Amino acid sequence: MSRPYLEISGLIKRYGARTILDIEELAVNRGELLAIIGPNGAGKSTLLRLIAQLEKPTAGTIRFAFVQGANAGLEIRRRLSMVFQDSLLLSGTVFDNIAYGLKVRKTPRIQIEKKVRSIAEMLGISNLLSASAGSLSGGEAQRVSIARALILEPELLLLDEPMASLDPPTKDLLLADLNRILNMLKMTVIYVTHERSEAVLLADRLAFMDKGKIIQVGPAHEVLDHPISRKIADFVGAENVFAGSIAGVSDGFLRIKLGDIEILAVNKPGQSGAVWVSIRPEHVTVVPADRCQANGIQNNFKGTIENLMNLGVFYRVVINCGFPISAFITKQLVDSMGLRVKQVVYASFKAERVHIIPRESEECAYG
Amino acid sequence: MDLIVEGFKQAIILIITGDELVVEATLRSLETSGLAVAVAILIGIPFGLLLALTRFPGRNIVIGMVNAGMGLPPVVVGLFVAALLWRSGLLGFLGLMYTIPAMIIAQVIIALPLVTGFTVSAIQQLNPKLKYQILALGATRSQMLFTLIKEARLTTLAAVMAGFGAIISEVGAVMMVGGNISRQTRVLTTAIVELVGKGDFGRAMALSIILLTLTFAATYTLTHYQQRGTRL
Repeated sequence: MSRPYLEISGLIKRYGARTILDIEELAVNRGELLAIIGPNGAGKSTLLRLIAQLEKPTAGTIRFAFVQGANAGLEIRRRLSMVFQDSLLLSGTVFDNIAYGLKVRKTPRIQIEKKVRSIAEMLGISNLLSASAGSLSGGEAQRVSIARALILEPELLLLDEPMASLDPPTKDLLLADLNRILNMLKMTVIYVTHERSEAVLLADRLAFMDKGKIIQVGPAHEVLDHPISRKIADFVGAENVFAGSIAGVSDGFLRIKLGDIEILAVNKPGQSGAVWVSIRPEHVTVVPADRCQANGIQNNFKGTIENLMNLGVFYRVVINCGFPISAFITKQLVDSMGLRVKQVVYASFKAERVHIIPRESEECAYG
Repeated sequence: MDLIVEGFKQAIILIITGDELVVEATLRSLETSGLAVAVAILIGIPFGLLLALTRFPGRNIVIGMVNAGMGLPPVVVGLFVAALLWRSGLLGFLGLMYTIPAMIIAQVIIALPLVTGFTVSAIQQLNPKLKYQILALGATRSQMLFTLIKEARLTTLAAVMAGFGAIISEVGAVMMVGGNISRQTRVLTTAIVELVGKGDFGRAMALSIILLTLTFAATYTLTHYQQRGTRL
């Protein structure tokens, strides 16, 4: 296996007595998109600034595959580029802004012209090139900011919550375009966000950060479906997280008691005692009680619908089965089944969809 | 009112006829204040950038002193510079008293806190992440500083205007260290004081109008550059 593009080890950043960042190790492979998610103040942006050589670490090393030794300020900065949450456009025209990084590299004017027009076309802002940067909408400004970073053909692109200031329709359009462009360019990307949906769409791997530490990192689906702590489960939208305790094994399944109720999970060795049980709402199916047929699903609970919340394409259906469980059901299915509040239904989920998190578990995991 | 109208007429006549006193005082004012503001810019803008972008112990005290310096009474500055440059003073050996360099030193001291203080606030008004963004686009440190100054030019040029306006129009310091010596250190302001003392109000008014016109012309030129490409 080839050497990672970026390797971080023992990285610490302190401001005064406060430790903002403390990362034992993190590697980013060439061509992958690593999304870093986590609550505000987790240290995500600080990590990006350190990688971009914009701040110096208190201790530790950030090693790039192309650099021998741990320091090469401008050389590194000229191989990467960064987009921030605010578009941070300079005064002047859109053209001036997109061309800025090439101008500071003393690129010949004729090449600048050609590259600016090409990247502007890619981002759908060709018509704005002569517009004043101050006259742009938030979405347009962020497209210019992304174009300004991409025109440099960086080996590593750092994106620090680039969608956070945009309204949902503008964000959706830009996200779709960004996804298309990043897939086309195949560059190495680190994408910081606190929006799960952005991470799910873009990421090859996902890292969860909290209090300056990387708590879990792995393939995106792995972190989403198998969070290693209650906090990560909550953050990645598991929604159905319950305290329980392992009661034993029957018919090859693990029996977990949630109060008076028992649910079945896939039996894996070494699990015992107090646990958190998490079931993602998209893995829960709902069927009206009068239509329920034997479905072979291990976990089947009768309950009444307490709430139906329209989320646009989906409904969040909250069912009280003795414990409250949420399910995401498409609008079409809600309509076809005629689901309504107070209706008696069956909520079902497969044993393999039950994820077990040992209680008190906050240790780091790498994958 | 008559005095103003009469002074205005006389000013035009004096300018057209190339009156020796007018030409001498005007050129010397421009030379002295122009050089002084240039020196203040060369020192004040980098110093302002340093104060705005770095953190060090005692930084707030230095910024406080700069801000206090923005209101320095020129006559007090003149007195201190004179005390240093007098033959018996600490820098008396330089023989600068009653010379143009002495006047420039005094005017630099008056303008420097204005240029520095305005630069600090100009840079601090920018988004703090802007310097990171500029560096992350591959700029060198000096390219980053130049871009920040360009982005903050509205306030930075206000600093230059304030500095130039303050020193071309002050009289206390240049009188004290320059002495208003004809053909050597006489500038517009000291000449006006002298003419008023002699009761020559017409010429004094003429010089005042020239001084006002010069100040306005310089400020207008800077305003023109300042407002070019503003967003609103």
